[in-house]
Amino acid sequence: MIKNAFKRALWVYHINTGGCNGCDIEIIAALTPRYDAERFGIKLVGSPRHADVLLVTGPVTAKMEDKLKRVYEQTPDPKVVIAVGNCGASTGVFHNSYSIRGPIDKIIPVDVYVPGCPPRPEAIIHGIAKAWEKLEGKK
Amino acid sequence: METIMQIVFVPIGIASLGLILSLIFKGIDRRIAARFQARVGPPLVQPFRDIMKLMLKETIVPENCVRWVYESAPIIALVGSLMLLLYIPMGPFNAPLGNFGDLILVLYLFTIPSLAMVAGGFASGNPYATIGAQREMVMMMSYELPLAMLAAATAWKVTSFSIAKISSTVIWSTVGPLGLVGILLLLVVVLSVAPAELVKIPFDAPEAETEIAGGLLVDYSGRNLALFYLSDAVKSFAFASLIVALFFPFKLGTTIWGEFLWFLLKVLIVMIVSVTTVRVAAARLQIDNIAGYYWKPIALVSLAALALIAIDTAVVI
Ligand code: SF4
Repeated sequence: MIKNAFKRALWVYHINTGGCNGCDIEIIAALTPRYDAERFGIKLVGSPRHADVLLVTGPVTAKMEDKLKRVYEQTPDPKVVIAVGNCGASTGVFHNSYSIRGPIDKIIPVDVYVPGCPPRPEAIIHGIAKAWEKLEGKK
Repeated sequence: METIMQIVFVPIGIASLGLILSLIFKGIDRRIAARFQARVGPPLVQPFRDIMKLMLKETIVPENCVRWVYESAPIIALVGSLMLLLYIPMGPFNAPLGNFGDLILVLYLFTIPSLAMVAGGFASGNPYATIGAQREMVMMMSYELPLAMLAAATAWKVTSFSIAKISSTVIWSTVGPLGLVGILLLLVVVLSVAPAELVKIPFDAPEAETEIAGGLLVDYSGRNLALFYLSDAVKSFAFASLIVALFFPFKLGTTIWGEFLWFLLKVLIVMIVSVTTVRVAAARLQIDNIAGYYWKPIALVSLAALALIAIDTAVVI
C-alpha cells in the first residue's frame, strides 16, 4: 500500500527559471480537457510546500539561481525534479549566454528530462509518469 | 456502562462514517466538475489517494512560525468539522448530541474550521498566508449576517432553535403563500452562502492559488495539509446536510437504510447545485466584490425573507 501511495496522486509545482515561456504553455496545455492530466490525479498546486514534483523549465538565469535552490529546499521529501524542455536540460538556444548559470542539473539534482523545444503535452505527462516510478523506487 | 459505550463509540462511529462519506462526496464533486468541463476527471477514490500520499510526506514546520498555533490549527479545524456531524441529523439517524445544541451552536461551529485556518495562516508567518487570512476574515464577516437571518427566520416559523425539531417539521407546509416566497428566498440565500462558507470558487479569494499561492495554506505541508483537506471535505458534507435538514426533510417512508440513501442523494444534489455547478461556471471574485455581494444583495434578500416570514406568521395565526 505504501509502495503505491504516490501512484496517481502527484501534485506538481511549476517554476520557470527564464525560458521563453513555450514550455510553460505546453504544461498548461497538458491540464486542458484535451489531455486532462487530472484523470491521473496530477494536479498543479500553487505552493512548493504542497508539491511532490517540481516541473522546472528554462536555462536558469543568474537571478533565478538561488530562487530555484530555495524552491527545491522548500519542497517536502520525497520529491522528484523534472526538467522540461531542451534549454532546461542543456541550456539549448541560450547556450553560452552571459547571464546563464544552468543547465538545471548544475544547480539541483534532476530525475527526469523531457526533451523538446517545447515538448508536447503527451511527453510532459509521460515524464510525470516516469517520476512515479522514480518515487516508488525512492521509498 | 451502556451510556459510556454510547458516549464513546457512537461519536467515533459517526465521525469515521462522516469522514469516509465526505471524501467520497468530494470525489464525486471532482468527477462531476470534470465532466462539466468535458474532461474524464479523476476516479472517485482520488481524495483517499491524496490523503494517503499527504500523510506519507515530510511535514515541514517553518522556522519563524508560532509553533504551537501552527501545529494545533489543523487539528482544531478537523475536530471542529467533525463536531458538526454530531449535531446535525443524518436523515433517519438522530444526531447523538442533538439535544445539547441547536442551530445557533451549529452556525458558530461552522466558523471554527475557518478561524483555525486564519490562526494557522497568521501563525505560519508567511506574507501570502497573512493576506489569505485577512481575506478569510473579511469574508466571514460578510456572510455571517445572512446566516444569522436564516437562523432567525426558521426559528420564527418553527418556534424552536433545535435542529431535530426543525427537521421533523416540513417547513414548506407551515406557511401561507407569502411565507412560501420567504422560504424560497431563504433557500437562495443559503445556497449562495454555501460556496463562501466552504471557500470554493467564486469565493475562494483566501486560497487563490494563482495569485497568492494557496493563501492560508501556503506553508502547510504533509500531515497538517491532509488534516485541513479532511476538514474541508467534512465541512462541505456537514453544510449540505444542514441545508437538507432545514429545507428538505421530506421522508420516503421506506426502511431506515432506504431513508439513509435518500438523505445521501439529497445531500449530493444540494452539493452539486450549490457548489459544483457554481465552481465550474464562475471565475474568482475579488475580495471587495465578495464583501459587497454579501452585504448588499444577499443581506437585503435575507432581510426581505425574514420580513415575509414574519408577516406570514402574523397573518396565519
Ligand atoms: S525548451 Fe525551448 S520552448 Fe522550452 S522554454 Fe526553452 S527555449 Fe522555450
